[in-house]
Amino acid sequence: MSHEAHSRVGHVVPLSVLFAVLGTLLVMTFVTVAVSWLDFGRFNIWIALGIAVFKASLVLLFFMHLKYDKPFNAIVIILSMALVMLFIAITLTDTGQYEPNRIPGYAPSIKTNPQ
Amino acid sequence: MSHEHPPHLQHHFDTSEQQFDAGKLGIWLFLATEILLFGGLFCAYAIYRANHPEVFHYAHQFLDKTLGGTNTVILLCSSLTMAWAVRASQLGQRKLLIVLLSLTLLGGFGFMGIKYVEYKAKWEHGLLPGTHFAPHEEGEDHAAPAAAAAPAAPATSSGTTIKPAAQGPSGTVRPANAAEIGDSGHGKRPSNTQIFFGIYFLMTGLHGLHVLAGIGAITWILIRSIKGHFGPEYFTPVDFVGLYWHLVDLIWIFLFPLLYLIS
Repeated sequence: MSHEAHSRVGHVVPLSVLFAVLGTLLVMTFVTVAVSWLDFGRFNIWIALGIAVFKASLVLLFFMHLKYDKPFNAIVIILSMALVMLFIAITLTDTGQYEPNRIPGYAPSIKTNPQ
Repeated sequence: MSHEHPPHLQHHFDTSEQQFDAGKLGIWLFLATEILLFGGLFCAYAIYRANHPEVFHYAHQFLDKTLGGTNTVILLCSSLTMAWAVRASQLGQRKLLIVLLSLTLLGGFGFMGIKYVEYKAKWEHGLLPGTHFAPHEEGEDHAAPAAAAAPAAPATSSGTTIKPAAQGPSGTVRPANAAEIGDSGHGKRPSNTQIFFGIYFLMTGLHGLHVLAGIGAITWILIRSIKGHFGPEYFTPVDFVGLYWHLVDLIWIFLFPLLYLIS
């Protein structure tokens, strides 16, 4: 980026970086499909989410220029993602707190059809 | 910065850079609201998966990993051509910009085409959300043809997928006839399977609408780039449409493993 990236609005990302990012994204897509055939029990979902977060970070940093951008834009987008995670985490901790069968016969069970 | 006004510079901005940065912050704020919008659906996904894991394990088998994976690759590649298009506009490579935007557009249409094939299969197999959920033999067996010889339920053998009234709304009562829901290679169908397809259609449907909006936006900047509106000193719309397109890709990066790759 020596000869082309000065005195211009925005940042010109080198082609080598763009293609390296695409290559990594495609490899990680293959990995996430391959891993889904293996059984890690409850860790499968976390492995899948970890790979997705890694891929999303690559897209944000390089395709969306956040690495070269004003940090405030990164703060905006990270904050919104953090709020979504907080939202899901709090709701998930709440949904396990109900006891629909506390008084037998007086409240419907959420499991409408026990296996 | 020069004092003569470039044609693209609005009078309420001092410099092109200030205008670019202000617009860019606006786009990022918009993308943040998009993440919050999808956040509600991801929350619904998390709650239902936590409460009904068996539904997700069973129902995801009806999604085609190959088609989903192909769509992931298509979106990733179109993200590359979009990022490259931004680079081309920054460097004033007009012809390359037009080619790259066309390729990105092609990716968008390819994605929607595959989405159409997937939706059509779900529709034909009765794998629809809520009260429209009415799976039949073909639907249960499309991935396991060997089991198709299972005795057909009265409802399906008479050529209709409408359930007997006594069964009530789909999923609330387990049908007495096990053959209709098919112990067919996929295992027994848990109750409330329609919840998965409700979430599937809502999340991929909203995402699909965003792809359509992206196709519209890319068409707009493609026309403007053919007219020669963009160059090193003004490429703002290309950059901002690019950011939106990457966000659509970003959301699919999460949707694909969460919906298709439940092991």
